[in-house]
Amino acid sequence: MIEAKDLTKRFGKQLVFENLNFQIPDGEFISLIGPNGSGKTTLVKIMMGLEKKTSGELRIDKRQTIGYVPQFRNIDLDYPLDIEQFVRLNLKFTLSPNKRREDNKLIETILEKTKLTSLKNRPLGLASGGEKQKAYLAQALLNDPKILILDESTASLDVEVKMQLMDLVKELNEKYNLTVIFITHDYELTKKYTSRALFFKNKTIEEVKVDNISEDMFEMGS
Amino acid sequence: MFGYEFMREAFIASTFIAITAGLVGVFVVSRNMSFLSHTLSEIGFAGAAFGILIGISPLAGMIIFTLVSSIAVGSLSSESSRREASISAISSLFIGLGILFLSLSSESSSYATNILFGSIVGISSKEVNQLMILALFVIFVFIIFYKPLSFDSFDHIGARAAGLKTRLLSIAFLVTLALSVSIGAQIVGSLLVFVLLTLPGATAKYVVHTVPKLIMVSVGLSLAGVWLGLYLAFVTNWPVTFFISVFEVIAYFLGLSYKNWKLNH
Repeated sequence: MIEAKDLTKRFGKQLVFENLNFQIPDGEFISLIGPNGSGKTTLVKIMMGLEKKTSGELRIDKRQTIGYVPQFRNIDLDYPLDIEQFVRLNLKFTLSPNKRREDNKLIETILEKTKLTSLKNRPLGLASGGEKQKAYLAQALLNDPKILILDESTASLDVEVKMQLMDLVKELNEKYNLTVIFITHDYELTKKYTSRALFFKNKTIEEVKVDNISEDMFEMGS
Repeated sequence: MFGYEFMREAFIASTFIAITAGLVGVFVVSRNMSFLSHTLSEIGFAGAAFGILIGISPLAGMIIFTLVSSIAVGSLSSESSRREASISAISSLFIGLGILFLSLSSESSSYATNILFGSIVGISSKEVNQLMILALFVIFVFIIFYKPLSFDSFDHIGARAAGLKTRLLSIAFLVTLALSVSIGAQIVGSLLVFVLLTLPGATAKYVVHTVPKLIMVSVGLSLAGVWLGLYLAFVTNWPVTFFISVFEVIAYFLGLSYKNWKLNH
């Protein structure tokens, strides 16, 4: 469960948002929508501890590790590591052979889960946009997160690839009761996959049920 | 050639230099710091000149200057666009200072050419020991930080998202980079030490795709370069740095061609 009470964030004098109040129960697939610069990414950064809140409260169970899949990554054509090696970056250092065996098994399972097994030796720099996103997803899943944050992860993908990735996330969401927080500008995907949206508007948020999500919420600034 | 004491010393020193530079180079390349390593070489030159001027060893002068400036650059900005600009500014200042220090000190100009272009005859057994200790220290730091440093270097955004202390890692890396520059400059010269710190790492990335293999190929190319360079320099009496840079550049273009060939097959 994630719970915010009167959560406020300012950068210097600039107010990002104030008095956010919301709850996200375990296993929910929720989207964060609203124009650019309205504070969606800032909110998830606070959740991950990469930014400090200014005031109010944000409660997340300490045991609930967070996996984060950002849209942008510095992966160019010459990027040397293959997909498996890229995913492995998130492993902890170990000298114990037992732990190593476990790690190898874990990697195998994760690659399987994210349908990357047959692509694991492909250099990530040469992978398609969808394959890259899957690799980011796989790496984020390595710490067995209870909360997964997708930060516009589908923005640069073709419609078909988008759906594949989202189907995969949905599958993980249902199978493992994974909480998914989906930052997006995509009306169709929000409608299709999420149960609820937090709509960022005028320095605060509005909770919107999926049936009430309308296309004009995506028009400004996306 | 091993009948000569100075060749034995040069050989041992170069071996340690090559291992350190090859190792650090993989991370220089993946962190996009080739430009910084070039600049640190120039700063190292100023440091060595300063060492001569105030009467301490050039190596000590180099270490002081490269350490201070690499940490300064690291804390000035983590954003790469701003980093480029601040690096240019800092490097201009230091080359100027290096020239000033040299002209103020009374040492002969052959000393200056040694610092700039490297030399295989200039190294004493005491200095070899110093180099070895410094090199072992760098390798030790890398073993300790290997996992998180790899994560941060090959996926900075992911490492931040996973909660790694990327700032601390960055500083630890800059310290080892500064030391590697100072060590490498003793044989290769400060003008071309960045050859060993960037080219083998860049070549490796065209041929292999895991971090341990990148390190192996990079260290291998770096070792091959200095050993061959030393041998040819001994035989021909031409500068060792010339052979090393030619070897590394050829290896680089072969690596690049290999990658392009593989893409089309």
